[in-house]
Amino acid sequence: MSKRRVIPGFGLSMGFTITYLSLIILIPLAALFLKAARLSGAEWWAILTTPQVIAAAKLTFGASAAAATVSTVFGLLVTWVLVRYQFPGRKFLDAMVDLPFALPTAVAGITLTAIYAPNGWIGEYLAKWGIEAAYSPLGVFIALTFIGFPFVVRTLQPVMEDFGSEYEEAAATLGAGRWTVFWRVIFPMFIPALITGFTLAFARAIGEYGSVIFISGNLPLKTEILPLLVVGQLEQFKYEAAAVIAAAMLMASFALLFLINLLQRRLNWQNH
Amino acid sequence: MSISIQSISKSFGSYAALEDVSLEVPDGSLTALLGPSGSGKTTLLRIVAGLEFADSGPGKISFHGEDVSEIPARKRGVGFVFQHYALFRHMTVAQNIAFGLSVLPRVQRPQKSDIRDRVMELLKLVKLEGLDKRRPHELSGGQRQRVALARALAIRPKVLLLDEPFGALDAQVRKDLRRWLRQFHDEIGLTTLFVTHDQEEALELSDQVVVMRNARIEQVGKPQAVYDQPRSPFVYEFLGNVNKLQAGSDVRYVRPHEIEVLFAAEYEPLTDSLARVQHLFSAGPIATLTVRLNDGQFLDVELSRKQLDELALSVGDEVAVRAKPENEAVF
Amino acid sequence: MSQRSVTTESAVVRFLLIGAAVLVLSLFLLLPLAAVFVEAFRKGWEVFLASLHDEAAASAIKVTLLAAGISVPLNTLFGVSAAWLVTKFKFRGRSLLVSLIDLPFAVSPVIAGLVWVLLFGARGWFPQTAMADTFAPAARFTAWLAQHQGFGWLFSDFAIWLADPKIIFALPGIVIATTFVTFPFVARELIPLMESQGSDQEEAAVTLGASGWHVFFRVTLANIKWGLLYGVLLCNARAMGEFGAVSVVSGHIRGETNTLPLHVEVLYNEYQFSAAFACATLLAFLALVTLGMKSVVEHFTRHTSSDHK
Repeated sequence: MSKRRVIPGFGLSMGFTITYLSLIILIPLAALFLKAARLSGAEWWAILTTPQVIAAAKLTFGASAAAATVSTVFGLLVTWVLVRYQFPGRKFLDAMVDLPFALPTAVAGITLTAIYAPNGWIGEYLAKWGIEAAYSPLGVFIALTFIGFPFVVRTLQPVMEDFGSEYEEAAATLGAGRWTVFWRVIFPMFIPALITGFTLAFARAIGEYGSVIFISGNLPLKTEILPLLVVGQLEQFKYEAAAVIAAAMLMASFALLFLINLLQRRLNWQNH
Repeated sequence: MSISIQSISKSFGSYAALEDVSLEVPDGSLTALLGPSGSGKTTLLRIVAGLEFADSGPGKISFHGEDVSEIPARKRGVGFVFQHYALFRHMTVAQNIAFGLSVLPRVQRPQKSDIRDRVMELLKLVKLEGLDKRRPHELSGGQRQRVALARALAIRPKVLLLDEPFGALDAQVRKDLRRWLRQFHDEIGLTTLFVTHDQEEALELSDQVVVMRNARIEQVGKPQAVYDQPRSPFVYEFLGNVNKLQAGSDVRYVRPHEIEVLFAAEYEPLTDSLARVQHLFSAGPIATLTVRLNDGQFLDVELSRKQLDELALSVGDEVAVRAKPENEAVF
Repeated sequence: MSQRSVTTESAVVRFLLIGAAVLVLSLFLLLPLAAVFVEAFRKGWEVFLASLHDEAAASAIKVTLLAAGISVPLNTLFGVSAAWLVTKFKFRGRSLLVSLIDLPFAVSPVIAGLVWVLLFGARGWFPQTAMADTFAPAARFTAWLAQHQGFGWLFSDFAIWLADPKIIFALPGIVIATTFVTFPFVARELIPLMESQGSDQEEAAVTLGASGWHVFFRVTLANIKWGLLYGVLLCNARAMGEFGAVSVVSGHIRGETNTLPLHVEVLYNEYQFSAAFACATLLAFLALVTLGMKSVVEHFTRHTSSDHK
């Protein structure tokens, strides 16, 4: 008697949702892990410790972390300005923040290359200073910052919009200056959203492919990223090696998201 | 049509929302489910509507003797008015009211023109003529509530159920609408059950008050009877202001307006206590004064302005207070 | 003297912050956008138009439209179903399900392609040869249908495919890889929206006698239509622009299994920069339309949500 439901469609939506989720996502991912699990621990170790993989992992995680950090700083600045100030063109810029979401990654890749290549719009001037932007780790970093930036803004924006002015007013009546109010009152309240934004940008950057491969130049041991290595293994029909690298990447991403989730819960708990 | 609720229990996980609740709602009556939040009153109303299901067991809900427990909400034929009205935002007032008729199976569905006539008739009934083309967001709170009522009535329900019907309204609109609803009920004579946490509303509006607390029914009766003879300290306190006086191990309950104030010279040792006026509040037709009894307990008393003027009291005066014994309760 | 509010900064600080933000956004977002169009027209209109009229480009557009045309409706159906399930009902495992729906966001597009190669590739779990054997009876039956029942147009292509069921390096692979990558978009848009709307209106419709069909189409759909539209647009933009996953499964067969983003890559690698950017403008235009629609949708949802309560 208690299992009945008022709103119709439970069985139908449950059946379809679970079936579709299993067919499109769960079974394929399980196949990947099964494939990778056929190899022994020693074989995993051998694949994951080749100099090429280590170099690619260092570049992928390092550039992703650096890009997510810079995205977070820029994101805070841009969100603050978009939410707090009125100025001509604000709505337009606000809409443009989502461009990296909507622009196909291949387009972003060739465009960023056109800008930062040694003969490119900006690259030309950077080259005069001896800075090699494209075809270097810096290029990877630039592409990943472009990709990750909207995650920070779109996570932070609703939090900032809901942030009532009474906290600042209270702090001001207690005698705090504007600078103190920002660092001691406003900023701490944005930390959970900033961490979420950082994580989303970071997780996205680890897997990013299309926008990076054009600007990076794909030099082995220097500017190869992990997803490119996976593709390379596939092209050589080394399915097992591709599966192992992919499985390791996925586990790293899931572990990262899980950790941040835990941290987030603690922070949220402290805030309430 | 009468509603009969027999030993209904409902739990959400380990939390018991209703424990073995039984209630008779007489045909044509206007019954209030009154209680603080968390007392289970809304859950009970939703079970009657079929929007929630009681735990399995002997419990059942019947309308006019017919067991409806197994009939889904869609076919149960209750008119339900939600607390926030749940009007369909994208439809006009007329489309909202016509909804229940327009979703009937083709064979039962009235002609378009008949639906239109019925909508107009209902709009007239709830005094909203001419607003048929408006959308919900263009209406005031009170108007929205009446649209919700008309929408519920359009399906010619067997019973009418209202969840906190005045909860979302301003104080003044609330009072007007309360009076209007009472009159409306007397006109259409439909068995009506409504939920409220406002004792004044329950007492003023209903034929029968059901006081609920902690998943159980505390007392059922006519408003006057429940107010005058509360069966428990909880009902006493919930239905209005009350003085609690410690007398040995007993607690005596007496309402502020049921205490007489006399000149100290008229003190009768058997029935009265001597007290000193601590505080006087006399703006409005009813004056409130707080007196301190000799044993240190405080007592609130309500007097008419006229009585107060006759006594010519000021703070610090000594008076005699006398509780009318028939209205006193000891628990 | 005019006093400034305690909740804002001095004009100088404001000006500097706005300037910095505008600079960042211009360099970061507007410059690349401008670059797409400038590079596309670098060699003039003729080259631009010729690149779009090219046969390989036309085929790439066709493949892209086909892949999006199949995967977007599927994911829309899923998104509505999943959002209905997790917002209208309480059940055990609900929050796990919500996390699983988000799972593809954490998966690299390359891996989204790889999983299908592992399943259906030559050395996968279900290779083409094995499937051809399994499907043989169905292939014969479909071929017979195509010949005899007057549905030739409907069955003949299908019969040919069943006889030689190619998934990887063929259109089916592109479709399923695209579906994987764009899987969460509609659901992600609808779940918070439907959660914020609650179930009051649906319950009201039920007490008024509405069937499940009526509840969904006459009440719920009207309330979620703008969010749904935006979810579909976003899903579509990602489906048409997907690169990594499709690149792994497509095999880059020119004129057959190249999508528009893959065609851009091919042209770029052949140093036909202007042609590559010309095709890229189509995709950039799609992105701009999506962003524009987002603003429109936000305008409408704000408008209707202010009516709420």
